[in-house]
Amino acid sequence: MGWLDLGGAVRRRGQTRPPRYSAAALLSKGIRNAPWPRVWRDVPLKKQYDVVIIGGGVHGLATAYYLATNHGITDVAVLDKAYLGSGGSGRNTAIVRSNYLTPEGVTFYDRSLELYNGMTEDLNINVMFSERGHLTLAHSDSALRTMRWRAEVNKLQGIDSSVIDPDEIKRLVPSLDVSPDAHHPILGALHHPPGGIVRHDAVVWGYARGADHRGVELHQKTEVLDILVEGGSGPDGKGPGGRVTGVRTDRGDVSAPIVVNCTAGWASLIAGMAGVRLPITTQPLQAAVTEPVKVFLPAVVVSGSLHVYVSQTDRGELVFGAAVDPFTNYDIRGSLDFAEGLAGHILELMPGLSKMRLLRQWGGLCDMTPDYSPVMGFTPVEGFLCDVGWGTYGFKAGPVSGEQMAECIATGTTPKLIEAFTLDRFMTGNLVGEKGAAAVGH
Amino acid sequence: MLLVPCPNCGPRNASDLRHVGESVTRPDPNSASQEEWRSYLYLRDNLADWTVETWFCTRGCRRYFKVERNTATNEFREPPMPGNKLGRRA
Repeated sequence: MGWLDLGGAVRRRGQTRPPRYSAAALLSKGIRNAPWPRVWRDVPLKKQYDVVIIGGGVHGLATAYYLATNHGITDVAVLDKAYLGSGGSGRNTAIVRSNYLTPEGVTFYDRSLELYNGMTEDLNINVMFSERGHLTLAHSDSALRTMRWRAEVNKLQGIDSSVIDPDEIKRLVPSLDVSPDAHHPILGALHHPPGGIVRHDAVVWGYARGADHRGVELHQKTEVLDILVEGGSGPDGKGPGGRVTGVRTDRGDVSAPIVVNCTAGWASLIAGMAGVRLPITTQPLQAAVTEPVKVFLPAVVVSGSLHVYVSQTDRGELVFGAAVDPFTNYDIRGSLDFAEGLAGHILELMPGLSKMRLLRQWGGLCDMTPDYSPVMGFTPVEGFLCDVGWGTYGFKAGPVSGEQMAECIATGTTPKLIEAFTLDRFMTGNLVGEKGAAAVGH
Repeated sequence: MLLVPCPNCGPRNASDLRHVGESVTRPDPNSASQEEWRSYLYLRDNLADWTVETWFCTRGCRRYFKVERNTATNEFREPPMPGNKLGRRA
């Protein structure tokens, strides 16, 4: 806390413990037809906070939650222009894994998996974490070489990850076509047993509820129109060398010494309000879901060459995701282009799905960085922090990002785990190349 | 589906072209500071608004051209540029 005088921010609210979710509570309320209390409070927007977090998704809410839990900083407001989890947090395909390519990436995402593992107990909400294994298919020699490389980096960091052959793949996922005469034959796969899927809405609600119970204020339908900065080198007093004094919202000005940008696809626009330019382009990623069928797919299957990944939810729907659209834009409508391409690719992998029907498709905005690693921590504007550049891997990193950003805010120093991901790496040239492990379609 | 107005080939499907990105001015490599050079390499405005960008007509004329597109609505505005054969002006 040294660098910031937050005026004795450890302000425990003298409230009773919130009702816990449990089977007993469900039964008791069910029998008595008793109402459930609101999950988070609806409070008026104050004029001043110690910390303002822009963006009410997994990252923003996790940051608020860990600020309150690990550091006792509870005078925090999370602002979202729509509803909580309306952006990438509710649009991703809910896959978690840690089999990345760089040692920095691997240790970082593995900490996230660890947090996801204990999340149901920590947040007292069933996040339905299903550790079902994650297969990244290789259709070419070069892809197989990258898999081997990844497997070795993973093993060195203590991660369960290995390359398996087509027979083993067929044993794990019988519905895959592993015959050598397929158009894109499957030569092998990177098998990562700790990978799996999580119910993403539950993660959002869990963090929101946990943060709210500790005194954090959640303000939905509150759009940030401008960020107030003074003393910067830009013509309007913004930009490098400046200091954040607060934000201007459509519900009035709010002053705060610390403003955190957790806005994913809109990150450049928010950072622009503070006079900070980011190495980010916004590209939508489309996903789709089928009608529910009997559970047959026991693992998450990813094919980089075919630009597709698929998993089956506990309800039986198949969830498909793709590569990001090949040009920048802020449009999140789905396209027929995508549905057609997706269907073709998935049928090459699993010919048995030819009669499946798509229920719906949607898009979400991805904030892509040149090296496929995030931008976290301090910026040239004092008090303005970023947790952005999450591209197509933001959901799986939500918990650890929240934890590390909270530490960053509370201690005023960059934690070791995210040292590699600071904004100034683009000025020094120390990029963390994760494209081979973070993206499909390269 | 995005139809990109190539000044030579006319409207073509975006999958026939490569999106190079927001147009940026290349500083002189002999005199640019490291900061200027890296800003040119990596930093982008990434506006949700009209943006001048560069496309490469991969499967057509194989030329680079600039065009103005609204990144929020995906509408094109044809700027009066040399070689614009579409006959329309913004």
